[in-house]
Amino acid sequence: MKIHEYQAKELFRQYNIPVPDGKLAVTTEESIEIAKNITGIPCVVKAQVHSGARGKAGGIKFACTIDEVKEAANQIIGMEISSIQTAGELKKVRKILIEKAAQIEKEYYLSLVLDRSNECITIIASTEGGMDIEEIAKKTPEFIFKVNVDTRTGLEQTKITELAEKLRLDKGFIDLLKDLYRLFIEKDCSLVEINPLIRTKEGKLIALDAKINFDDNALYRNPDIAAMRDVEEENPLEVEASKYNLNYIKLNGTVGCMVNGAGLAMATMDIVKLAGAEPANFLDVGGGASAQNIENAFKLLMSDKNVNLVFINIFGGILRCDILAEGIKSAVSSLNVNIPVIVRLEGTNAEIGRKILNESGLKFIVCDSLNNAVTLIKDAIKLRDMTKK
Amino acid sequence: MTIFVNKDSKVLVQGITGKEGSFHAEKCLEYGTKIICGVTPGKSGQKIFDIPVFNSVADAKQEHHIDASLIFVPPKFAADAIMEAAENNIALIVCITEGIPVIDMLKVIKFVDQKGCRLIGPNCPGIISPEEAKLGIIPGHIHKKGVAGIISRSGTLTYEAVWQLTQLGIGQSTCIGIGGDPIIGTSFIDCLREFEKDPETEIICLVGEIGGTAEEEAAEFIKKNLSKPVVSFIAGTTAPPGKRMGHAGAIISGGKGTAKGKINALEEAGVRVCINPAEIGITIKQVLEERQLIKP
Repeated sequence: MKIHEYQAKELFRQYNIPVPDGKLAVTTEESIEIAKNITGIPCVVKAQVHSGARGKAGGIKFACTIDEVKEAANQIIGMEISSIQTAGELKKVRKILIEKAAQIEKEYYLSLVLDRSNECITIIASTEGGMDIEEIAKKTPEFIFKVNVDTRTGLEQTKITELAEKLRLDKGFIDLLKDLYRLFIEKDCSLVEINPLIRTKEGKLIALDAKINFDDNALYRNPDIAAMRDVEEENPLEVEASKYNLNYIKLNGTVGCMVNGAGLAMATMDIVKLAGAEPANFLDVGGGASAQNIENAFKLLMSDKNVNLVFINIFGGILRCDILAEGIKSAVSSLNVNIPVIVRLEGTNAEIGRKILNESGLKFIVCDSLNNAVTLIKDAIKLRDMTKK
Repeated sequence: MTIFVNKDSKVLVQGITGKEGSFHAEKCLEYGTKIICGVTPGKSGQKIFDIPVFNSVADAKQEHHIDASLIFVPPKFAADAIMEAAENNIALIVCITEGIPVIDMLKVIKFVDQKGCRLIGPNCPGIISPEEAKLGIIPGHIHKKGVAGIISRSGTLTYEAVWQLTQLGIGQSTCIGIGGDPIIGTSFIDCLREFEKDPETEIICLVGEIGGTAEEEAAEFIKKNLSKPVVSFIAGTTAPPGKRMGHAGAIISGGKGTAKGKINALEEAGVRVCINPAEIGITIKQVLEERQLIKP
């Protein structure tokens, strides 16, 4: 799960990690009040949106007067930002953070991240903060320092002292790192990133930016974190799907996909692409999907207005194809579906399942092997394009 | 031959009286797996499918020799269940449970290693040595005994590959679902090493997906250590970055873990990579024929 910068900074405050004075605003008027009463001038106006590259997109502005605060707030609230992190999707800015401007002496990079191949948490730090870590890695890899942390022993004093020395930072850094590590563990983070971490003229360290991602599997034991979820940042269809415990991700294509199992669901998207079309979504109904589940999933697919062809790909293992076929049949008849539905059923009771669909009186295009499905999708697309013309 | 499990493996099921546990334990028994006892705290003395239930792994171990434990415990308790099995030196631990917090798994993994046990999973379909034994939720009837060793991060996609093979008359030595989480026990490399040693395995099928670097590491290992041919498919060529594709571990982050990067690494290591998942079976058949391991 992702949260906003202002929420991450609230957590930083709870863990004694210094952040600039600031407050969240949703209107220009509020921004002006905050600049006048809390942060003072100069201040920074920052778009709060689940996207990277906010600065490049014009979502972060420096203001030296109240008029400039007003102008910046007016510009940023309501602007749309897209980046790699949003997968090209435009995200509307609804909230802004007004923060006291800091006197920067030097910028650093600091993050804690789950290291999958070493099965540990890795601290990544650099004396070259301010740009993203991929950029630092390209330009000055010699200034990136990494420390692996075994969670059974926690931070080792000698290793972090050594790291501080490499960065030419003092005890203040070590304390900050300890607090950050405690936050990572206690709140089940998968990433905590401060970029930049700055040193002021007075030698004080301040987290100028804050990014935290959390492990979804651990939200059950972190209700305070779960409460930070901002559903307005998510695609409405994905929010709807999460209510039914369906794994759904909205994509930009026109072929709606419904599959059991995450790996097969990804492979199915790949097949759609191979057939010359684009998948409209990733949708995994799970291994033990019920008829009700299937109906909910189908409704979800159909509420995406871009979808003009549906491809259901089921490999029945534990899930029996006949039960699934009944679910699809009832969903399609109750939803009045008028676009082609290709169903590939294979595995347990597949033949009975295919028979149910073929004899349903509804217009299913039924097949068994994956290869046949590819051909059928190609044909359906050809037909669709012809009717368009 | 098989790797990790065979018809003689004596199996304990942790969480045997639960809904999932009892359902799948019965299927495993029907397949011929020697499930000899179960554990559910507080249910000692009961019997299920005529199998004795104990309060703890330690209690079960006092009365039975156990080669492997199969875990169907809810995510909140699953990390402890793995630790309990490892504490009692169960050599093979297969954890099916999906949804264990990563921070818990980091500790579990180190502990399991330290005890010298093998963990498969979590968040996996389990392992099957066709016509001998299955531990997990893999549908048994799509399999057939034979020469192909299968390793995969996914469940149904593996069944897909297996079914394509079985229909072509190519059987499997052992199939292992290593799990879709970011932190898992047995890796691709562990399985590759065993398949290379196993005299009956003639070809290996590696089914990967986006996220992490396990496939790249496997490619490196294959290049250096494998004489047997490997065929692969990587799911998620069309997956967008930054989005978790169902599995907790299937996410492209910071430009890393893309299907393209994995495919390139594997191809560079001499692996035949299928672009179309419908062609996994036929590709394996072709490679076997090319190497004259089967007759066309």
